Amino acid sequence: MMRSGWANRGHPAFWAFVVHRISGVLLALFLPLHFLALSQAIAGAGALDAFLAWTRNPWVSASEVAVVFLLAAHFTGGLRLLAIEFIGWKVESQKALLALAGGGAVFFALLFALNLV
Amino acid sequence: MPEPSAAKNTGAGGATLDVRVWRGGADGEGRYQRFSVPRLASQTVLDVVTWIQRHADPSLAYRFACRVGMCGSCAMSVNGVARWTCRTHVAKVIEGERLDIAPLANLPVVRDLVTDMREFFDKWARAKGQFQPTATRHDDFAVVRPESQARAQVDAAIECIGCGVCYASCEVVAWNPEYLGPAALNRAWTLVRDERDGARLDRLAAVSGDAGCHACHTHTTCTERCPKHLSPTASIAGLKRATALAIIKGDL
Amino acid sequence: MSTKGVLEREPLSSRARGEARAWVAQRVSAAVLALCVLVHLVTMIVAVRNGLSADAILDRTRGNLAWAAFYSVFVLAVGVHAPLGLRVVAAEWLQWRGRSADIACVAIGLALIALGARAVAAVAL
Repeated sequence: MMRSGWANRGHPAFWAFVVHRISGVLLALFLPLHFLALSQAIAGAGALDAFLAWTRNPWVSASEVAVVFLLAAHFTGGLRLLAIEFIGWKVESQKALLALAGGGAVFFALLFALNLV
Repeated sequence: MPEPSAAKNTGAGGATLDVRVWRGGADGEGRYQRFSVPRLASQTVLDVVTWIQRHADPSLAYRFACRVGMCGSCAMSVNGVARWTCRTHVAKVIEGERLDIAPLANLPVVRDLVTDMREFFDKWARAKGQFQPTATRHDDFAVVRPESQARAQVDAAIECIGCGVCYASCEVVAWNPEYLGPAALNRAWTLVRDERDGARLDRLAAVSGDAGCHACHTHTTCTERCPKHLSPTASIAGLKRATALAIIKGDL
Repeated sequence: MSTKGVLEREPLSSRARGEARAWVAQRVSAAVLALCVLVHLVTMIVAVRNGLSADAILDRTRGNLAWAAFYSVFVLAVGVHAPLGLRVVAAEWLQWRGRSADIACVAIGLALIALGARAVAAVAL
């Protein structure tokens, strides 16, 4: 049985799927860390502050922007899917939907990054 | 097909094509075999395969029938993309001078460029892709308004000829062996929206679950590749809505 | 001649029904999360404007029933949505299907809800 290769997959809606799936998996891996970090507050504001000080490290800040982008991308990509599946938005207008979704994700991430620095 | 003569060769100045054709059997063992094929104007990929079989290697196995883009028998993988070879001009898909021709993906290979289509049609049946009549010869004709939303949806999807290009192009079919696939689900949708059909709930049950419409991730590769410009993605989205409603109402 | 046709009435298998319900739950939780995530993104962007500190976060959330309710709904929706998504990825890319995969899915969901509830309690109570 032959497997279809990358020539078959190199179209925009497939990349949208890849972004949606990868962002979902990464967010699922990130969430427990997020919950654990917030739980520091149980030990009082001081414990949470100590953790937040660590996040001011530029590498961590950059990762935070990346996570916000992942969340925004998964969110906008998900809205696109819900529109296609439930409102029956025509797949032929997919390029418009993809542009909206992609642009929206970048918009949110940029806003966050700009406020962070 | 007559021998390509100098008088007929109005193509790229007597150039030849470097064609790689997949050869092999059902055991999956195979390799690409190279052929030098004369390049002609307005040549289709089917012309190339036919030339090879008639002038270079008569043992090459391949399928075709109408050769005019009506039957879908000649579907093959051309430079990695599933196409109707009779409707694919070499000039449109060639990469440099190179042309790779292989059997359709996602289907067992019988030999060379011929795939075993049984699973494709079995899944069609598993999706309950057959009309279930409710009237008898004693009943009056059914009156179906062509402009009704339901009929418009059926008409948008009904022209499928079962060529297998969408099935060969779908990544979910590759990842999920039980997945019924775009063609079977598209056909099921046309019947779900057919007001004369009597098996709606059976069909919705047949297309539910990880083997059915719920496994589609809207890659839309099927819609990109369909030579009849159908949209199985839209049909499957319709099935998602219909099954979700039935589940919420408790009908399924 | 019977007009019954070739289709016998076949009920939906319980496995397929479960999978279909999982899909509906995935989409419903997605819709809930769409609202939660929108609020969360906006909140975060506003919150980091003045620098992120524990006091800034806790001033907003401590003892506030509305935020507690909001984040609780958020955590529950995530607890449904994330494991169901991971289940499909495992089935398609790791070829991991069946009972063990389903159990892992439920376990991940419960773990996320437990961790999430702890976090909500930490900032809201």
